[in-house]
Amino acid sequence: MSAAGEHIVSPKLYVLIWIILLCFTGLTTAAAFGDFGIFNPIIALAIAFTKAILVVLFFMHVKYSPRMTALVIGCGLFFLSILMVLTTADYISRGWMF
Amino acid sequence: MSTATQVPAALEMPRDTYLNAGYGVKSWFLTKDHKRIAILYLVSITMFFLFGGLMAVLIRLELLTPAPDLFQSDTYNKLFTMHGITMVFFFLVPSIPATLGNFVLPMMIGARDLAFPKVNLASWYIFMIGACFTFSAYISGGVDTGWTFYTPLSTSYLNTHVVAAALGIMIAGFASIFTGLNFIVTTHRMRAPGMTWFRLPLFVWSMYAVSLVQVLATPVLAITLILVALERGFHIGIFNPQLGGDPVLFQHMFWFYSHPAVYIMILPGFGVISEVIPCFSRKRIFGYSAVAFSSVAIGVFGFLVWAHHMFAAGISTYSALVFSLLSFIIAIPSAIKVFNWTATMYKGSIHFNTPMLYALAFIGLFTIGGLTGLFLACLGIDMHVTATYFVVAHFHYVMVGGMLVAYLAGLHFWWPKMTGRMYPEPPAQLSALITFIGFNITFFPQFVLGYMGMPRRYHTYPPEFQVLNVLSTAGASVLAVGLLLPMFYLLWSLKYGEIAGNNPYRATGLEWQTESPPPMHNFHETPIVTQEAYDYESMNEEEVVIG
Ligand SMILES: [Cu+2]
Repeated sequence: MSAAGEHIVSPKLYVLIWIILLCFTGLTTAAAFGDFGIFNPIIALAIAFTKAILVVLFFMHVKYSPRMTALVIGCGLFFLSILMVLTTADYISRGWMF
Repeated sequence: MSTATQVPAALEMPRDTYLNAGYGVKSWFLTKDHKRIAILYLVSITMFFLFGGLMAVLIRLELLTPAPDLFQSDTYNKLFTMHGITMVFFFLVPSIPATLGNFVLPMMIGARDLAFPKVNLASWYIFMIGACFTFSAYISGGVDTGWTFYTPLSTSYLNTHVVAAALGIMIAGFASIFTGLNFIVTTHRMRAPGMTWFRLPLFVWSMYAVSLVQVLATPVLAITLILVALERGFHIGIFNPQLGGDPVLFQHMFWFYSHPAVYIMILPGFGVISEVIPCFSRKRIFGYSAVAFSSVAIGVFGFLVWAHHMFAAGISTYSALVFSLLSFIIAIPSAIKVFNWTATMYKGSIHFNTPMLYALAFIGLFTIGGLTGLFLACLGIDMHVTATYFVVAHFHYVMVGGMLVAYLAGLHFWWPKMTGRMYPEPPAQLSALITFIGFNITFFPQFVLGYMGMPRRYHTYPPEFQVLNVLSTAGASVLAVGLLLPMFYLLWSLKYGEIAGNNPYRATGLEWQTESPPPMHNFHETPIVTQEAYDYESMNEEEVVIG
């Protein structure tokens, strides 16, 4: 929309990010064949999270956007973390006895 | 009874208004004018309100006697589900933001329209598409999950059209997100010269807080309802323990939206009351920044209390303790508002115009609703009254006694601005009084019923509860009269009401400086703001000099 602030990303970079994303997908598949016990979901989520960050930064242009955009996204993540932390707190503390 | 309205004899309707800018079907259904979109929303939510109200009437009729006279239990389940879904998602959530907010917010900050007029129009279409889905579920046999869609009942045990109803609500949620997004950007970017953040009317502050909640919370509801649809349609185990899911997870996710949604519903009401009380007390609001920041505080802290709906659902005791404490804390910003409104009236010159009558009713009823909320936030009492009529009475005091009454206050307050004509004062005052009395007769007995142990969502009850139930049903018929009356006299006023003039209440605020009804682009010249909001004192002085 605002012509002044628009950053043009080279197709090369897009292809590079795409290849990296494909590698991570391969990694997820590979990890699914191994059994790491409690680390199974942690590894899968870590890979997914990294991929999401790449998509947000490059494909969604947040890396080249004003600070305000980053603030809005950070805000969304912060409130999502409230949902996750307080819900998890319930599950973890259910068995506690004093 | 004195009124602030003094209409000089020779007022004329302005020549060019948003209402006569075009008469064709296209000029309404493809309009990008925020004022016309507000009218589209107003007509739609009034229809939904009538439908939801009809369901309420049927519920109260069934509860007139202990026996199941009118409906079978399945039908009764569908009635209260349709009542809840329609009233919450298709009336209360869009009520003030999409109608009054849409209409006056751009004018209040001196803008020609919202930041994204096309998104605003799209929001109405999305809302109506969502309504089509949900109402098609009603027509093709109804839904009987309750408005809360609790799992695994909703995902595995019911044969009604749960998915269509839930998808409709999910779609309508995006309308709410669009409205919120539009208001946030508009408030940041479209303020008139001189309109600093601390000169904004408090209605704009509360709309801003609501918009934040709409944008941040509604997506979680969308995700939750999609998961319900996935589990129902494809047996993916998310909430049903038999499929490896967890039903309490649903409640966490649902209430993460639906508690903040309570504030989506009530915060706009706070905004209306903050406009009405200074105007009819002829005084500056007491503690402007306290009222403004308490709106934002309610919006943010509203995200930290959701599990108070789940104390009896088997959540951890320690978690329940924390949520109980947080729920007590969120009462503080609401109380700040009530005290500030009361202090605003102190030594004011109070005029009992209809909007003020509704505002006064709001303060009393919302206080009862809020304080009984503290009973429920208390772990011990909550165990006793969970899922009883005590809860029903509590949230009707907040949603009807608070929000609906505030909506009526705002509708009367800005009616002359929207239509160019005054509503007739005596019948309006009468209907405000009838609403207040009818409301209390309907819902106060329900506190007692609930405390005595009458559970909600059953169509039969032991005979000892009958007296209070008859009282409640009788009150509902009084309330119905109080709510139907405005429809008649407001429609009547469109043709026969007195011509209002630009500023019939001598109110501050930019929306009163333009014509009523306003021209297509709100202002002939962009206004320049040089004063703080609610400067009634200097306005009163001017009038003494002139008079
Ligand atoms: Cu709540």
